[in-house]
Amino acid sequence: MNKKNNGSGSRDNNSSDLIEETPANPSRRNLLKGVGLAGAAAVSTIATSHVIAADSSSTNSNSKAAAPREALEALTAEEAETLAAVCDCLIPSDEHGPGAREARAVHYIDKSLASHNSGARQNYSVGLNAINEYARKTRGKSFPELLVDQQNSILLAVQTNKISGFIPNGSGFFNMLRSHTIDGTFCDPYYGGNQDFVGWDMVKYPGIRLGASEADVAAGASLPPSHQSAYDHSTYTKLADNSSTDVEGGDDYA
Amino acid sequence: MPKRLAKTDVVIVGMGAAGGVAALPLTNAGLKVIGLEAGGWLSPRDFAPDELRNGSRNWPQSVQKAASEAPTVRATSNDTAIQGGHPMMNAVGGTTMHYWAQSWRLNPWDFKVVSETKKRYGEDRIPAGSTVEDWPFGYEELEPYYDKIEYTVGISGQAGNVQGKKNPAGNIFEGERKREYPMKPLRSSPFTDLMGNAAQSLGWNPFQGPAAIATELFDGRPPCQYHGFCNKGGCHVKAKSSTAFNVIPKAVDTGNLEVVTFARVTQIVTDDSGRVTGVDYIKGNETFFQPADVVLLASYAYENVRLLQLSKSRAFPNGLANNAGQVGRHYMTHHQGAPVTALFDRDLHNWYGLPAQGVAIDEWADDNFDHSDLDFIGGANLWVHTDRKPMSAAKMPTFGETRNWGSDWKAFIMKNADRTNTSYIQKTTLPYEDNYLDLDPVVKDPLGFPVTRITARYGDNEKRIAAFSQEKMEQWYLEAGAIKILKYGLGNTMGATTHAYGGTRMGLNNETNVVNEWGFAHEVPNLGVLGASVMGSSGSRNPTLTVQALSWRTAEHLANNWRSIVG
Repeated sequence: MNKKNNGSGSRDNNSSDLIEETPANPSRRNLLKGVGLAGAAAVSTIATSHVIAADSSSTNSNSKAAAPREALEALTAEEAETLAAVCDCLIPSDEHGPGAREARAVHYIDKSLASHNSGARQNYSVGLNAINEYARKTRGKSFPELLVDQQNSILLAVQTNKISGFIPNGSGFFNMLRSHTIDGTFCDPYYGGNQDFVGWDMVKYPGIRLGASEADVAAGASLPPSHQSAYDHSTYTKLADNSSTDVEGGDDYA
Repeated sequence: MPKRLAKTDVVIVGMGAAGGVAALPLTNAGLKVIGLEAGGWLSPRDFAPDELRNGSRNWPQSVQKAASEAPTVRATSNDTAIQGGHPMMNAVGGTTMHYWAQSWRLNPWDFKVVSETKKRYGEDRIPAGSTVEDWPFGYEELEPYYDKIEYTVGISGQAGNVQGKKNPAGNIFEGERKREYPMKPLRSSPFTDLMGNAAQSLGWNPFQGPAAIATELFDGRPPCQYHGFCNKGGCHVKAKSSTAFNVIPKAVDTGNLEVVTFARVTQIVTDDSGRVTGVDYIKGNETFFQPADVVLLASYAYENVRLLQLSKSRAFPNGLANNAGQVGRHYMTHHQGAPVTALFDRDLHNWYGLPAQGVAIDEWADDNFDHSDLDFIGGANLWVHTDRKPMSAAKMPTFGETRNWGSDWKAFIMKNADRTNTSYIQKTTLPYEDNYLDLDPVVKDPLGFPVTRITARYGDNEKRIAAFSQEKMEQWYLEAGAIKILKYGLGNTMGATTHAYGGTRMGLNNETNVVNEWGFAHEVPNLGVLGASVMGSSGSRNPTLTVQALSWRTAEHLANNWRSIVG
């Protein structure tokens, strides 16, 4: 979200930076720019359509029929943009499939900072600002404007306490960011992350079931994913009928 | 002035694992009981399969009374105590709503740690500084009550010793039991089969441990669905045998139990003769005095001790039942830390299941093996189990194979999310002179009352068991085909946990124990204490079944001896 991806003059595009990118860590930005359409094709359908949608948004911002009505509930626009770049590094969209971006981890984190993670709100402001200040000081650009390998080297410096300005320190801030990014990628989609179940599919979690039979367990990763939120089950939805517990599946219940 | 309510026969402080059980024999005997509970009623609708809400947001415990009075913790009296979290929940049913529900009997050795150790290994093998004593009775005394709870609350499992007849499908080291469990054990899984086979090839005796979880239709409740949200979650079909779904509603049905929810007890009131007369509690913005002939304190180890220490009076200037200075002493938590984590080269099929669906090894627990050439007493129950969820799976350790983020890491978790397992190793833990609970001199709850301060750390005996049991656990994992092993630190501070023992220890000696062999205070004949705070040794397995057996026994004793206790 809010990711600059239009290939405008604000993006650094010189060849020496491109050389820094290792084959194992292909630049996600290059995928977005269409440089690596072949690479994007290797990504799952969800990711591909997302990439294409994001890519075309700069030329036709009204192409999506019904954009969801959403606010940034806690983060500022710049913070969200920086956080998006960080999350992209932590759980990248790459040749193995979608990552934190497709899961909308930033959307989850923003909402969580207005609710159960509200205690970390100030910590995010301070930490994301420190990352951008360091990026500008050492690389002359804000963090989102840097190439992925540059971003990764800064995050590694944060994680290993090579940079100051964080609460309680670089590694503490990094661990929190990492934890929240994982939460946003693998949580129940009700909370605004794990969109389209990309996180659960990533680790081959077969999904929420109200019962798991021996055959379900034996099937393991080959069990078709349920692709259901806990709150797709009427039992748990607000104001639901309280008279039953709609158990389904699970031969033990018989 | 508190509003004075009509007198009742018995008031029970806490409607959880212990208080809920005690209510049934009392109300069956026709006694009028008021159950004061700091939480409310929950229903299966409240237990959504939601890892974020249950695990990270800690719903609904995060907003409860217990959370607002979490103990402070320090290792020694030279350290500054820091307030942490509180592991328990307030609700009708208490923590049995969302616990793992492992429901073990203690091993007979656990009741006689001192005498058995001296007999087998000599006088000098009790660790220095330990205040451990034998229980006032042996396993045989508690056996009928274990049986009563297993059949009343609903425990599933595989017996290993019915009237002396050993069955290797169960725990061959368990004490002799009168009969089988009322329900078959939880089913096995591909992972528990893998580990069970490995244990057998090591010559060990693997078995499925007992659980307060229905495995067949029991008392109108359906069996376990294995859906994977048992840990920190209540059961969506009431298969988990919480006291909210059996003994408490049965006691309510007698017409003799009134449960008062969202009642926060602040003081146990005493008259000048040293007898308790009732309790003060706050509900909403009102304070009430609930008079009673007998008070049963059943609010978990920390709060039991705290309420006694807060209840100062002319007869008990240092806190109720504390003229001998024993309230808060002999505190210990179960050493459940120092786990081992393994990485396998194949999927373990653990996305569904529950912490109580596992394999136990008891060869290295209690005194089931020869300690002659070892430098510790006691041991550990080794436990591995199913149950995995995606957020926590993604936070798995990386075993040094990759840094913990980025493309390589993502490839690592995509491959390995269902290939790790972390053991649960419960170790014999002893009480020590330097470990105790008192009132924090600084930190207070929102009402202005001091919170409990924990001053405690593990001794060398516990750390040696930890190191020994990690070696056994590693051996077991490797036999099962693990390709990488991680061992965690051996532990230091005894922080607040779900397995807290002592503080109101049970024993015949009134100079070293708070309650007598029936659970009534030596100094206060009409005050009973329920919960693991009365236990003088931890054993190497979960405490709840023992707590419940003791609670039933105390309540039955009260009902049978009403006139002599009430006076």
